[in-house]
Parts: sequence; C-alpha cells; structure tokens
Amino acid sequence: MIRRIERDRTRFKELVRGKIRGDLKRFVAHGEMLGRKGKDLVSIPLPGLELPHFRFGDNKKEGVGQGDGEPQPGEGQAGDEPGEHLLEVEVPLSELAALLGEELELPRIAPRGRDELIAPAGRYIGIRRTGPESLRHAKRTLRAALKRQIIAGTFDPADPCIVPIRADRHYRSSKSKPAADSSAVVIYMMDVSGSMGKEQKELVRAEAFWIHCWLKSQYQSLETRFIVHDAAAREVDEATFFHLRESGGTKISAAYELCAQLMREKFPPAVWNVYPFHFSDGDNWSGRDTERCVELLKQEILPNANQFAYGQVRSAYGSGQFKKDLDLALVGDVRLVTSEIQDRDGILPSIKAFLGKGR
Amino acid sequence: MNLTADLERARAEIERHARDFGLDFFPTVFELVDHDELNEVAAFGGFPTRYPHWRFGMEFDRLQKGYRYGISKIYELVINNDPCFAYLMKSNSLVDQKLVMAHVYGHCDFFKNNVYFAHTDRKMVDRMANHGTILRRLMERHGVTEVETFLDRCLALDNLIDPHSMALCRTPIVPRTDPDQGAPASPAKLKAKSYMDRFVNPPHYLEQQRREETERHERAERLPARPQRDVLRFLLDHAPLKRWQQEVLSLVREEAYYFAPQAQTKIMNEGWASYWHSTIMTQRVLRDSELVDFADHHAGTLATSPGRLNPYKLGIELYRSIEDRWNKGRFGKQWDDCESLAERRRYDRKLDLGTAKIFEVHRLHCDVTFVDTFLDQDFCDAQKMYVYRTNPRTGRPEVASRDHKLVKEQLLFGLSNSGQPIIEVVDGNHDNRGELRLAHRFEGLEIDMKFAGETLKLLEAIWARPVCIESKLDGKGTLVRCEKGEVSTRELAPSGATDRKADAR
Repeated sequence: MIRRIERDRTRFKELVRGKIRGDLKRFVAHGEMLGRKGKDLVSIPLPGLELPHFRFGDNKKEGVGQGDGEPQPGEGQAGDEPGEHLLEVEVPLSELAALLGEELELPRIAPRGRDELIAPAGRYIGIRRTGPESLRHAKRTLRAALKRQIIAGTFDPADPCIVPIRADRHYRSSKSKPAADSSAVVIYMMDVSGSMGKEQKELVRAEAFWIHCWLKSQYQSLETRFIVHDAAAREVDEATFFHLRESGGTKISAAYELCAQLMREKFPPAVWNVYPFHFSDGDNWSGRDTERCVELLKQEILPNANQFAYGQVRSAYGSGQFKKDLDLALVGDVRLVTSEIQDRDGILPSIKAFLGKGR
Repeated sequence: MNLTADLERARAEIERHARDFGLDFFPTVFELVDHDELNEVAAFGGFPTRYPHWRFGMEFDRLQKGYRYGISKIYELVINNDPCFAYLMKSNSLVDQKLVMAHVYGHCDFFKNNVYFAHTDRKMVDRMANHGTILRRLMERHGVTEVETFLDRCLALDNLIDPHSMALCRTPIVPRTDPDQGAPASPAKLKAKSYMDRFVNPPHYLEQQRREETERHERAERLPARPQRDVLRFLLDHAPLKRWQQEVLSLVREEAYYFAPQAQTKIMNEGWASYWHSTIMTQRVLRDSELVDFADHHAGTLATSPGRLNPYKLGIELYRSIEDRWNKGRFGKQWDDCESLAERRRYDRKLDLGTAKIFEVHRLHCDVTFVDTFLDQDFCDAQKMYVYRTNPRTGRPEVASRDHKLVKEQLLFGLSNSGQPIIEVVDGNHDNRGELRLAHRFEGLEIDMKFAGETLKLLEAIWARPVCIESKLDGKGTLVRCEKGEVSTRELAPSGATDRKADAR
C-alpha cells in the first residue's frame, strides 16, 4: 500500500528541487541532522524548506543549563582534548547521485536514440477504472466527468467548471514491454606532466568521482576508460590514473588522438553515449599542437561524442592558455564545455557546468 | 487496539494501577505500529491523517532518515483526544512498552485535567480528518498550487494567535458596518429650571461626559478598537478573502489553537508523565529482571547535557520537590521566615499534603506559572541549575550565575508566549490608506529582521494592501514595511512611537 505521507513527501521533494512553485525557492535551506553514533558525531545532509515566521533573532547567547557547569579557564590555553570528528554517514552511491542532482539541479540526461532491445520493463499503456491516485489519468478522468455532466445536464458552457467524482476516475495500468537500453562510456584524460602536482590531482579525483556518480545514476551500464598523457599518451587503469606522477612536457594532442582512436575502435557512437573529459593545467607545449588538438576535436571527437568537457585545474606553473584557445577556436559549439577549477570550492560549479546541460 | 496478549495484559495492569493512584483519563487506545507507520503518524503531528501539505512530507523524511541512521527514535506518541490515541513501536522490548504505557497514562490524565487544555476539541481526530477532506476538495476545485500557496501564507502566520484567550472565539464573522455614524452625541441634560441648571447639570460633569463620548466614538472608528493579539482572527474578519480562503485560514487558526496548550505546558506535561511512569513502574509493575533495562531507559529520558535544559528532568524534579515540600509543610510564612540553616534542614510539619498538592498544581498551572511559583533557591542548588552566557572574549559559554532569581528570569524569558515574540494588530487602516500595522511588544529580544521581511511579504499577499510592523532594533523604534513585495525599514521618531502607543491604549 502506498502511504498517505508519500504524497506529501513527493510534493516536498519537488518543491525543494524547485520544479514547481518558484515562490518557495528562497525558503529552501540545506540543513543537516547531527547525531551521535558511538563516540563520533554523525551528520546527515537534509534538505529543508522553512516558512518564515515572526521570531526572535539568534543573537541570544545565554540560556539555562543544569548540572556541573564547567567554568572555562580565564586564560586561553591550548586544548589538549581531541576535537569532535564529523563523520558523514555512509550513503549509498545512488542516493549520493540523487543528492548531487538535487543540489546542482542537474537535468536528467536524455540518451541519444539507441535501439538495442535488452530489458523488458513495465510501461503504463493500459487504462483501468481503479488504481492508485499517482497513476490517475487526468485527461481521461476529465473527459469522463465532462461526458457525465453533459448527460446529466449540469454542464454550463458559460461557466465550464468540471468536477470529477469517484466514478469518473481513470487510471493507467502497466503492461510489460521490452525497452531500449542505453550504455555510456566516460573517457577521462589527465595531464600528468611535471606541472600537475598532488593538489591538482586531488581536485581531478574528486571531480571525476562525482561525475562518475552522476552518470552512473543515469545509465544502466557505464564504462570508464582512463588516459594519461605528458608528451605521449597511454591508457591506464583507475589506480594508476589517480596516483601516477610523471614529469616532462605536455603534448595534449597525443591524448586526443588516443581518445579518438578508442572511440573509433571500441565505442562507435551508434551504440554508445560517449563522454570524454579532459583535465589539465592548461599548459600546452606549443601553439602548433593546440591547433592539432582543435582539429582533432572538430573532425573526430565532437561529432561522435555527447559532449566534450575540458576542466582546467589551476596550478602554480600552468599558464591557463589552453582553455582560452579552445574557447576561441570552437566558440558557440554546444558540444564543448570548458570550466576552470580554482580550488575545492570550484568543484561543484564546475560539475554543474559539465553536467548542467543534460546532454 | 491491536495489542498482543502480553501487551494487553501489561496494559490492563498498568491502567488499574494508574486509576489506583488517582489518575483520571479518557479511554486510551493503544496501537501497535512499525517504525514507518510511527514516523508517518508522528509527521502528521500524531494524527492518522491530516490535510495534504509538503511540511508533513519533510518531517517524515527527517524522521525516517534519523531512524534509519540510528540517530533518533520515537518511543512514545499520544494525542489529546477522547478517546486518547497512543502508539507503541513494535520493535521495542516489553519493559520499554510498559514504561511507555505508564508514561502515556500520565499524559492522558494531564490532557483531561489541565485547565489549559479545557477548551481544546476532544474530537480532534475527526476534525483533522474533516480538515483533510475540506482541503482536498478545495484543491480539486481551485488547483493544488493555488490552495497550497495560500495555505503556506497562513501557516507562516500561525503563531500569531492569542494563546491566553482560554477559548477559541467562535462568534460569527460579522459583516463590516460603516463606522461613520455622524458626530458624537452631546450628553443628555436633566430637566431643570434655568436658575437651577448650573447645579443640576454641572458644567464640568457635562464636559467630562462629552470627552468620554468622543473617546468612545473615536475608538469605535478605529480598527481594531484595541490592539488585538489574535492576528488570524483579525484577518478572518477584515481581510479581503474569498470564501475558500476564509475556510483555509480559519482551519489553520483552529489547529493552531488546538496545539497551543501543548507548547504552553511542555515541562509540566512531560514532568507529570515521567513522574507517573517512574512511580507506577518502580512501585507496582516492574519485575526484578527488568530493573536494569528500566533504569537505563529512564536515565536516558532524564539525562541532561551542558547548555541544554531537559523538560522531562526539570518537570519531574519540580513535582518531586513540591511533593516533598508539602509533605513536610515547607511552605507559608513560617517556612519563609525560618532563617536558621539547621532548622530548615530538620523542618518537617508532617502534613502529608504532597500528593494532593501536585494534583492541584497539575490542574491549574502552565509552564510559566509553574516555574515562577515553585522554582526557589533550594531547588536551584539541589538541581545545580545555572545561567550561562557567551564570554565575548573567548567566544565560549561560561556559567554566569547560580542565583535562582536570574535562573528563573532566564527560564521565563524562553517560556513566555512559548518563546515567540508577542505581536498585535494595532491598526487596520494605517495612514488612512487601508494598510495593516502590527506591533511587536518589545521585551528585550529583537525579532529576526530577515524573517520578519519575508513574513510581511506573505502577509501582504493576504491583506492585499501594504503591511508594516513596528519593533525595536538596536534600541530604536523601527518600522518595517512591505509594499508590493518590497521591504523597507525606517526609524521611528521616538515621540511619535510613544504617542501612538498611548493613543492605542
């Protein structure tokens, strides 16, 4: 049985996402619930919606307590007790993705048409007179009500007010039908040249994790490929991708060539949704090589990918020229998204830029 | 009731003991539910069904997450109704269930006998269901979003009622009469011969009559005649509402009045229930094998933590201290005048009035009067109560005082008007432009200006004309005004503010 409260909860979630009632948007608050589990404090992120009230400000810094109050020593002393550790609760990956989606208002991705028939899935293509309210067929219900009112003579065209009664209600019913499945591949490319330090890799890792999380929630099967490059490019596994530290020059075109080759050979666009992501500090070896990159993007990668994303991580050594060059060369192409990641706080806006288009 | 045989036996036993002790309650129906059902009911404020609103969904989400991650758990839920409905969680152990049942009978007795609950609707479960039907019907007719938007506006104002009016004022909503009824009548003169007129109708008396008449006349013209705490009622009477909107607003107001006494008697109610679960369990029901579990649970309920006040703990200790004092006759002039510490310690008049006294107290008091009357220095010392304040230099809270006067003052501050600012309607035709003017009765704490601005916006949408509220900010009279969704703040001239106030009285 569907609980009565579920209706309210669905409504609440829709409101928080801002799908309906824009006027409530400004009351959305992202609170958290603090609790204690064993020794540690646990926090659960909780979206909230608070209606304003006339109420007292929070400037009150006093109150009544009970027990052995501990007077603080007058002189400031270095604390010798460990601080309280905040532990995030282990949230399943799917829930994380939903949280991320809500937080960034990411649109659901509409996969490009693929007709591989794989899994049978229930589809609502029938009509019944009984069913749960969530499946009510509004159009049919209204039509039945209109019919009834015309027959009963209570319908007034001058004041077309139609009020459905119980007997008018029609509901969708489900039938099983094989549905098309879609599969996707993410190709991560990263610059591992001397200028990319530990900090920069950390940023890339965090961002890649969230991107992976979101895409995973959007596709039933998601493959990942990793490419690292300095002056030459090669395909590696995940662990290597994040921990490898090389040195040397930077030739981005090498990575793009490898990527294009992968797409040609293993992930033809007719079957795959392809998402190449490239992270670098924006320092390319030469202008000539940048031209070659643009050409590769135009000819090979962009036509065959859903979207190409370039994330530029700030580093002390990088000039950041590459992003400017790309933006200039491919101005107006919706398939290319570039963004700059300054520091940890820049990750979320960057993800939003990458995934906010729903491509 | 769907209790198992075990639980039913325990319930019957506990009910018998509760009646033995003199508790007097409505018939109480226990329902055995699982955690999701309990969370659902709790999200609905204890009721099996409410009107559709996202707020309940949010609360449910919160409760469910809290339960799923093991952070919070609801043990007991009981609603003020005849019959009382109470819920038991399936997964609790038998000792817990017994404790909860004893606790619930305490609450039920309190609901039935405390004077602040006297005016509440004892068929609230039915009424809530009716409210649900009404709103669902309105939503079908006028659209979910439209009704919900209006409902949200009403809910933002649902603390603007008069919790001290003991009964919900049910006088019919009267159509507005035209206040302009000509000039004030001149006072009637008694018939007298011309040479006697000066004595029969003394001029100063006539002057006084005229003045009073003018004042009465002016007051009748003003709307409201005197400042009105029940802002929702004022809106019902005077805001340009459609019929369905009036229906929604009056339903929100009714529910606000139903819930108000629970906020007014939190300490008393929980204290009373804790007192009785402790008494019934330890004196009658508890088996030897259950002792440790009971003690553990009981201690958890009454635990205090620094900087937070536990209403269960404060309540039960106050009742116990009252019981002890009246048993020993530690009250009245003789006790107050007793100066010797040694004598005070030995003081015992063996009156044995304790039980009678706490029953009297639980009938007549609310939290404010309860704390004000019975919290004394001895109690403060025994309970180690203190006032804390943030040290501006270190930014950390410190114990500021253990003086019972300060403790009491601080406590009462938080308890009066259930911790809400006191706000009244002072003028429904402010500036002679049909604007609504509210006033915050300033008693030391400022209202949150950001929230006030947002609330005014919603209020303006109901009143359909600009609205404003006067309050104090940084010690100066301030008027926050909202016109067409734009909030502006300006300082009030000090003399003007006092003039107007005197005027309004």
